[in-house]
Amino acid sequence: MLKVRGLHSGYGRIEALHGVDVDVEAGEIMTVVGANGAGKTTLLMTVCGHPRAWSGEVLFEGRDITGLPMFEIGRLGIAHVPEGRHIFPRMTVLENLQMGGYAVDPRHFDADLQRVLAYFPQLGNRLSQRGGTLSGGEQQMLAIGRALISRPRMLLLDEPSLGLAPLVVRQLFDIIADINRDERMTVFLIEQNAFQALRLAHRACIMVNGRITTRGTGAELLADPAVQAAYLEGAAPSAEEAP
Amino acid sequence: MTIDIFLQQLVNGLTLGAFYGLIALGYTMVYGIIGMINFAHGDIYMVGAFISLIGFLLFSALGVASVPVAILLVLVVAMVFTAVYGWAVERIAYRPLRGSQRLAPLISAIGMSIVLQNFVQLTQGARVKPLPPMVQGGYRFTLGTDAHLNVSLLQALIVFLTVALMAGFTYIIRRTPLGRAQRATEQDATMAALLGVNVNRTISITFIIGASLAAVAGLMATLYYGVIDFFIGFVAGIKAFTAAVLGGIGSLPGAMLGGLVIGMIESFWPVYFDLAYRDVAVFGVLVLVLIFRPSGLLGRPEIEKV
Ligand SMILES: Nc1ncnc2c1ncn2[C@@H]1O[C@H](COP(=O)(O)OP(=O)(O)O)[C@@H](O)[C@H]1O
Ligand SMILES: [Mg+2]
Repeated sequence: MLKVRGLHSGYGRIEALHGVDVDVEAGEIMTVVGANGAGKTTLLMTVCGHPRAWSGEVLFEGRDITGLPMFEIGRLGIAHVPEGRHIFPRMTVLENLQMGGYAVDPRHFDADLQRVLAYFPQLGNRLSQRGGTLSGGEQQMLAIGRALISRPRMLLLDEPSLGLAPLVVRQLFDIIADINRDERMTVFLIEQNAFQALRLAHRACIMVNGRITTRGTGAELLADPAVQAAYLEGAAPSAEEAP
Repeated sequence: MTIDIFLQQLVNGLTLGAFYGLIALGYTMVYGIIGMINFAHGDIYMVGAFISLIGFLLFSALGVASVPVAILLVLVVAMVFTAVYGWAVERIAYRPLRGSQRLAPLISAIGMSIVLQNFVQLTQGARVKPLPPMVQGGYRFTLGTDAHLNVSLLQALIVFLTVALMAGFTYIIRRTPLGRAQRATEQDATMAALLGVNVNRTISITFIIGASLAAVAGLMATLYYGVIDFFIGFVAGIKAFTAAVLGGIGSLPGAMLGGLVIGMIESFWPVYFDLAYRDVAVFGVLVLVLIFRPSGLLGRPEIEKV
């Protein structure tokens, strides 16, 4: 569904991605884990056209989208839940969700709103509240809900666990698994929280300093001693869950 | 001050406030969406006044005898043509500088202001242009034996038109997809683009709306004062800018309120004090507001950045 080939990009003259290849297959949860500053966010943002790719190509459903302006990529069926959630702070929850449906037929909105509220019932009581006043967990739910409104075919999630309590993270990841299963939604998930992400993912890879170093299934990487040493040290919440 | 003078100045202040409010909306919208002061906006208003004047002369030469029809036609023509100017200013002078340091577009804006003034001066001449009074008559209310309140038809028209425009405009911003896209771009342009909003087009539309509101103010000035020249944009622009800052730059209701306050100060000042110090009073209020309430009457404090 998404093919990234030899992607180079960065900021100013500083290259942050040094030739990245990633495939995301339809219907799967694919995850990229890596330390802070590895280039995960840059990868996801370059797929969406900001920053522009320096070289290499991005294919979505067979179509070359490298170099398209951001707003056109946003209309193709790719929904991005960016790092830090980026809720519109002075718009209401409902308006944030309406913005999610900006580029699609407004006649579907009511049905899609119900669909989203079924995943995130908490948002239902807060529709007229300003986005900026929600808690971190609620904002993350809103950001995912906003992405789902447009009925995308692929969901890009950039560190949804960032800054959230472990309980909330687990709840959120369960919902992501539900969305993937119920809607056959393709999910491309970026995480620093390697344990949760690898547990969820069908396939996974590890990014180090702008390069993909290791690939495998989620279970394989979870069991890999090198991965454990580098990314799961102390990350596994309890002994019963550690392998 | 007796009640009749008070009411009379209230009506006059309301009329002035309508002008300033309409122009201030353009300043505040542009500031909201791209964070720059469009110093050419006052001159866009001046261009609107000139297009209105030319429109009136043209339609009367074409034999449009009915005054309401002429005003309606000129309104449409002035809004459309002035909008083109507003759009072009952004496209030529600001968009290429987007993403550069803050000072660059500011200087570019001052340059655009000079260009527009000189353009009109060259093509229309430097002399004051008169327009014979078109809307005459009014209402006279008797308040007592010797007390009257005069509301000219033109004043009623100006206030009515302004209130209608502001209501329609508020509806667009609050309730329509276009208005939401505009606010989203204002709050987080990158996120708006990820959701499919064409940010460049949204910014263009903002300039177009601001310029067409300024055109309406230009039309009203032409009718109200009966004389215009290529320099009227300067003072009107600075006062409307003051109104926008007073109300809280970036806030739409603030721009309307700020316009009203400036209009009232201008109209009540000469009742008590020396007319010569009227502009000093207007800008004095600005200084006081900036000292005691830097974010303006209805603006939000800068700290609330999420
Ligand atoms: N806006 C930016 N401007 C300049 N450098 C940046 C910017 N964003 C990220 N970087 C740099 O690019 C590299 C990759 O960052 P990022 O993609 O955010 O990593 P991750 O998401 O894996 O934490 C880092 O070295 C970071 O400092
Ligand atoms: Mg990141």
